[in-house]
Amino acid sequence: MEFRTRDGVAKVINGVTYHVDAGETLAVLGESGSGKSVTAQTVMGILDTPPGFVTGGQVRFHGKDMLTMSDEERRRIRGEGIAMIFQDALSALNPVFTVGFQIAEQFRVRRGMGRAEAKKRAIEMLDQVKIPNAKSRFSQYPHQFSGGMRQRAMIAMSLALDPEVLIADEPTTALDVTVQAQIMDLLAELQRERQMGLILITHDLGVVADVADRIAVMYAGRIVEEADVYELYAKPAHPYTIGLLESIPRLDEKGQELRTIKGLPPNLMNIPPGCPFNPRCPMAQPVCREKIPPLLQVAPGRASACHFAEELVSRD
Amino acid sequence: MGRYLLRRLLQLVPVFIGTTFLIYWLVWSVPGDPFAGKCGERRCPEQYVAFMTEKYQLDQPVLVQYAHYMQNLFQGDFGETFSGRSVNDIIVAAYPNTLKLALVALAIEALIGITAGVLTGLRRNGFLDNLVLVSTLFLIALPVFVIGFVLQWLLGVQWGIVRPTVSSEMRLTELLVPGFVLGSASMAYVARLARTSIAENRRADYVRTAIAKGLPMRRVVGVHLLRNSLIPVVTLLGTDLGALMGGAIVTEGIFAVNGIGREVYRAIVTKESATVVSIVVVLVLVYLVMNLLVDLLYAALDPRIRYE
Repeated sequence: MEFRTRDGVAKVINGVTYHVDAGETLAVLGESGSGKSVTAQTVMGILDTPPGFVTGGQVRFHGKDMLTMSDEERRRIRGEGIAMIFQDALSALNPVFTVGFQIAEQFRVRRGMGRAEAKKRAIEMLDQVKIPNAKSRFSQYPHQFSGGMRQRAMIAMSLALDPEVLIADEPTTALDVTVQAQIMDLLAELQRERQMGLILITHDLGVVADVADRIAVMYAGRIVEEADVYELYAKPAHPYTIGLLESIPRLDEKGQELRTIKGLPPNLMNIPPGCPFNPRCPMAQPVCREKIPPLLQVAPGRASACHFAEELVSRD
Repeated sequence: MGRYLLRRLLQLVPVFIGTTFLIYWLVWSVPGDPFAGKCGERRCPEQYVAFMTEKYQLDQPVLVQYAHYMQNLFQGDFGETFSGRSVNDIIVAAYPNTLKLALVALAIEALIGITAGVLTGLRRNGFLDNLVLVSTLFLIALPVFVIGFVLQWLLGVQWGIVRPTVSSEMRLTELLVPGFVLGSASMAYVARLARTSIAENRRADYVRTAIAKGLPMRRVVGVHLLRNSLIPVVTLLGTDLGALMGGAIVTEGIFAVNGIGREVYRAIVTKESATVVSIVVVLVLVYLVMNLLVDLLYAALDPRIRYE
């Protein structure tokens, strides 16, 4: 998929492949501009076109490619098959309708329920996401909710039709740290109860460690590493992942300067030849400037797109 | 809310007094003799002039005259013309016609303007968008009397589809063409405002959410997008009613509508100050009330706005 802008074509996603199973949490990790949100928007079919264009690939849901479906078929999957929650619930909720209306709307439009029944179900949903006084909250507007409550309402809305997969695009980024933890706990709990697949898009390594089963690390529109969460933290198989993990502030290194990955992510209109990470990579060799490393399996259940992945994995 | 309303209503008082005085003073200071031509070819006899001057207090300072006028106004009496006809009668006869015409114009303006705005706002730079942009430019650039005379000639005379003029019954079908003419310029502005507003909100996060919820496109646009986008448009439409009524004079002239435009014109020419002032006073009231209504409607449309 690419963005066609006045300054040129930005190849935003390049051969990204990931999957999620029922009851599983996949975290998609990456810096701003690495293509993680755009991938999710492509899956949902809510990409702004123009400038965004899907130029190839497949989005398979139960084995069926959603990109070749009719608009109507695709619409039916939204909400019921795959639902999504967004980073900023204040702008993602419609400011001129009550929160209750926006939840009940789905029961009325998608399930054909009457007004009273839809309201009852919507209040149940608000209850499930632990919003106190759900009944009176039903008729309040988004701006009357606090940030955390708003995100809860957003979650209630996305889960209304009992989706099989939930995509959460930076669900806690806009929230206070204390509220972040509550929202993540809630998401994890709801996911367990409903056995749904959760795709968690984030740049927050702390959030990932707690809830994810598997992690896909994205860089410059590609997946550079995919692994089980424990293995990834224990033994990263890509220099970028190593850099990310090293840049987490640590209590036992108090007083020392924070470690960072040097340089900036590449301009997506002008991705360097070879491995896109090579200008910033401490291990870069001449081969990295010439050949794009493919995402290859390095051990059962884990893959890395680095010419030296095997060395990294076998290193102690 | 109650206090807000009270405050707003109290604010109307100085505005009302100020505007009406301004109008009164303007009409008073226009040069001319109210009795010119009243008595045929000859000058009016001294006694007649003296009697009329006395009766209508024309020798009094303007402030006294104004105070006297306002005193009667608050008793529901708009005064009378120099020929003794009650201004109330003139208003009762002329205002409903103008109001009807203005309402038809407003309805046409809203219907066509919003439809065109929504369609073009959703698909910018398409054929329809360009067509609407060019035609709105036409409507804005052409003076009302040109559009009026051209449509009257084309539809009424040449093709004979409609009656060229409006009958005294003021039937709705007869008012469609005059209404279109009267509302044409505003219609163009409504279309452009609606287009911009829709295009702006089209990319809003909540629209994306509505799509992600799996709502049909009809509902995403018709409920979520429209409600947000129409807030500025409604404001424009609401305040436009007064402008349409006041600006109807040309349209009324072309289509022979017996409205306030014709009356006000006649009254200005014959220096019938009571008639001019009274008609404008009612117009000012329409403006003020519509303004207040629009502000209240604002709060109803956008729950984030609260008055206290």
